[in-house]
Amino acid sequence: MKRFSRVFTVIVFLFLYLPMIVLGVASFNTGTDVATWEGFTLSQYTALFQDGALLPLLRNSVIIAVVASIIATLLGTMAAVGIHKMNRRPKALAMTLTNIPMTNPDIVTGVSLALLFAFTGVILKINSIMGFATLLIAHVTFDLPYVILSVMPKLTQMDPDLQEAALDLGCTPIQAFFKVVIHEIMPGIISGALMAFTMSLDDFVISYFVYGPRFVTLPVEIYNYTKKPLQPKIYALFTLLFLVILLMMVIMNLLQARDQKRQKGAV
Amino acid sequence: MAKELIRLQNVSMNFDGEQVLNSINLTINDSEFLTLLGPSGCGKTTTLRIIGGFQKPTSGDVFFDGERINDVPPYRRRINTVFQKYALFPHLDVYDNIAFGLRVSKLDEDEIDRRVTEMLEIVSLKGFQNRKVTSLSGGQQQRVAIARALVNQPKVLLLDEPLGALDMRLRKDMQNELKRIQQALEITFIYVTHDQEEALAMSDTVVVMDKGCIQQIGTPVDIYNEPKNAFVADFIGESNILDGIMRRDYEVEFFGHRYACLDKGFAPNEPVDVVIRPEDVDIVAPGNGYLSATVTNVIFKGTFYDTFVDVAGFKWLIQTTDAHSIGDQIGISLDPDAIHIMKKSDYSEKFGDYSSYSAEYDEMETASEDEGDEE
Amino acid sequence: MKNKLLAGPYLLWMVVFTLIPLGIMVYYAFTDSISGGFTLENLARIGTYMPIFLRSMGLAAIASIICLVIGYPVAYCIASVSPSWQKILSMLVMLPMCMSFLLRTLAWVSLLEDTGIINQLLGHLGIGPLPLIRNNGAVILGMVYNYLPYMITPLYTVLMKIDPRLDEAAQDLGCNRMQVFRRVTLPLSVPGIISGITMVFVPAVSTFYISQKLGGTSTVLIGDVIESQFKTAYNPNLGAALSLVLMVMVLICMGIVNHFSSDDEEEGGVITP
Repeated sequence: MKRFSRVFTVIVFLFLYLPMIVLGVASFNTGTDVATWEGFTLSQYTALFQDGALLPLLRNSVIIAVVASIIATLLGTMAAVGIHKMNRRPKALAMTLTNIPMTNPDIVTGVSLALLFAFTGVILKINSIMGFATLLIAHVTFDLPYVILSVMPKLTQMDPDLQEAALDLGCTPIQAFFKVVIHEIMPGIISGALMAFTMSLDDFVISYFVYGPRFVTLPVEIYNYTKKPLQPKIYALFTLLFLVILLMMVIMNLLQARDQKRQKGAV
Repeated sequence: MAKELIRLQNVSMNFDGEQVLNSINLTINDSEFLTLLGPSGCGKTTTLRIIGGFQKPTSGDVFFDGERINDVPPYRRRINTVFQKYALFPHLDVYDNIAFGLRVSKLDEDEIDRRVTEMLEIVSLKGFQNRKVTSLSGGQQQRVAIARALVNQPKVLLLDEPLGALDMRLRKDMQNELKRIQQALEITFIYVTHDQEEALAMSDTVVVMDKGCIQQIGTPVDIYNEPKNAFVADFIGESNILDGIMRRDYEVEFFGHRYACLDKGFAPNEPVDVVIRPEDVDIVAPGNGYLSATVTNVIFKGTFYDTFVDVAGFKWLIQTTDAHSIGDQIGISLDPDAIHIMKKSDYSEKFGDYSSYSAEYDEMETASEDEGDEE
Repeated sequence: MKNKLLAGPYLLWMVVFTLIPLGIMVYYAFTDSISGGFTLENLARIGTYMPIFLRSMGLAAIASIICLVIGYPVAYCIASVSPSWQKILSMLVMLPMCMSFLLRTLAWVSLLEDTGIINQLLGHLGIGPLPLIRNNGAVILGMVYNYLPYMITPLYTVLMKIDPRLDEAAQDLGCNRMQVFRRVTLPLSVPGIISGITMVFVPAVSTFYISQKLGGTSTVLIGDVIESQFKTAYNPNLGAALSLVLMVMVLICMGIVNHFSSDDEEEGGVITP
């Protein structure tokens, strides 16, 4: 039974990583067809860094992801602290609001935001409202719940006496937050921010409905690309991104491990 | 006479329509060790939190040194708190935890260092300054929490069941330690506990609370010897509480016998509650006009025996150093100072009958009290 | 306390950028694309798209069930290894979710194509080429592949939290391994199952990319139709109406699924991509 489930798990992991392997291998392939191996080369990587079109797109994606996740982290952390202090009723209401973008299909979120922007464009008489601002608003909107849902549990776990102890020792509520509370919820803030960042970096569906030609992100462009034959340097980019995200995940895990160790020590 | 420091005047507290405090009036003097004693949910922690400034009373006023402080936030009160589970800051070491309040009030580092070092000595934690607070034992964390509060030189220290998480031995040590610190520093301690022994051992004044009301305020000796009602008599130590009738001053009748007592000031023939402490009962040979009883159960307690006897269908607890066997017929002799008379109250008839008593039951009750306290 | 006010900007943001857009979507759904007047015509046209709706729901439901069947043993296995391995494995489950799902789906195209990697390998064995792509099966495969981590993660989170002493207690009371699973483990993991199914079903039912790449003309999904209303056919009013119906259907499906769990939502809401 145990052996079966382990073998099965290994097979499932192979299934999950099969496309990654295919793309990773393809990034070193001399030929352009993924399905046929023609020889090893690094030329896709050099081509990638010489590419004048691809890197700006990646830069756009990173800009959006960084700005959106910073805004979402600030706004979301503030909100989590506020919601945490609420009574049962308003708290439930705020959490329902938070869950709307989490439970709605992405396409509905994308469509509804697209309509909002189109509507605003009509009212303000702006011809092409879609651009950096609309993309940013959309990203902040779907990032926010991730921040809230990872900060809230930290606030709930925190010993409420800690904040009172800080007040008792002469801190104003604001000092108490920055001297004590923030240290307690930091792991939640960091993992929320990282989650928001990765969601933003990779988002396609929502971005696709609210982007404008002046500001295109990488996933959107890949989608537009894939209607034509795909350039192999995309595989090189994918492989590099894979490594970056792997690194981020390792960091996130180490942070969590440290947090857990600390909590164990406190018992 | 001692100087008044804190006064609660008609303080009431409601949570979601539930009355937690019902018009409390309490005066606390300077340099006093005052204990709020009562079972879970009696309102003692709420009272403490109102004094600390963590909660605003629904109605009534709080005065500190004659000044109304209802709206003064905790960080502007010269009051510090030792929290129930210590609430030490896990991201700071022992030294930084203790220095926290001083740093917030922006003292210079030399002064901070002097005071923290002095404090470490007072709580016997010299050499621990760079340890992580999470690596300390419960007793050590307790000392850090006390030091962290006291280093700010508060006028009042609030302690919310501070010894609740410690084991028996450590508790006794810390009780002495706390009393010593309080006397050395001459500051007011307001101490919350549900442990009556702790309250009696440490306090100058004990405030017994139940159901959001103060039941009695007095010295430990007064509270024990002169309980005001059946609740206090039962909560503080063991008591047999009987129905009696005050025939006239200094004479009470129960179980058809008349006894001399030390109480007066009741109406003639007024029904009263009679309190008899188990250790005040003398067991004598039956007959000779003594109240007669049958031994129903005996439990050896080390220094004495818990002896349960049946007196005309009513179960008494007697604590005696003499061994008796179940079924023995005995006589009960009562000196006038063994008898304490209380006015009838809402608590009459609810306490003091040992018919359903068992050692196990007692333990269960203590355990449930230890679990989580009221808001 | 004033602290509550800190939530103000956030709540305002969410109202303006989630509630109001949904309101506008409803408005569009009920207005005519040309005159701008009130109409029920957009919603009336849903009937034509019913087969597509049903196909989307059907394929998404099948994918959800396959994910559950595959994901449960994997989650169980991860929850049963040592804590440090649990960390690594759960991270490996989450990692693909962070990678461009477009490219990963494209990789499947190169695997499944008539001249793709699998058919080439099969060719060496003298089999094929098999029709592996542009059918319902390929779409389901794409859904399972893409959303399987969303199933494993909440299942693992729930299974990990089950006190191993419960297992021992059940055995002590006479359960064999199978009975322990059926009577203790499975009922306790229901919140994870619910949240896993939700997290697979919702994106699967509304996808448009997977069906475009792995499906054929006979596997058009509702997501494709909505996308085309906004990007090619340009009829946002019909698109809004279809989105509205999709949203309502998803809500109903989730309501039905949630009905099976008596636990409150907070317990099951394990959302850790």
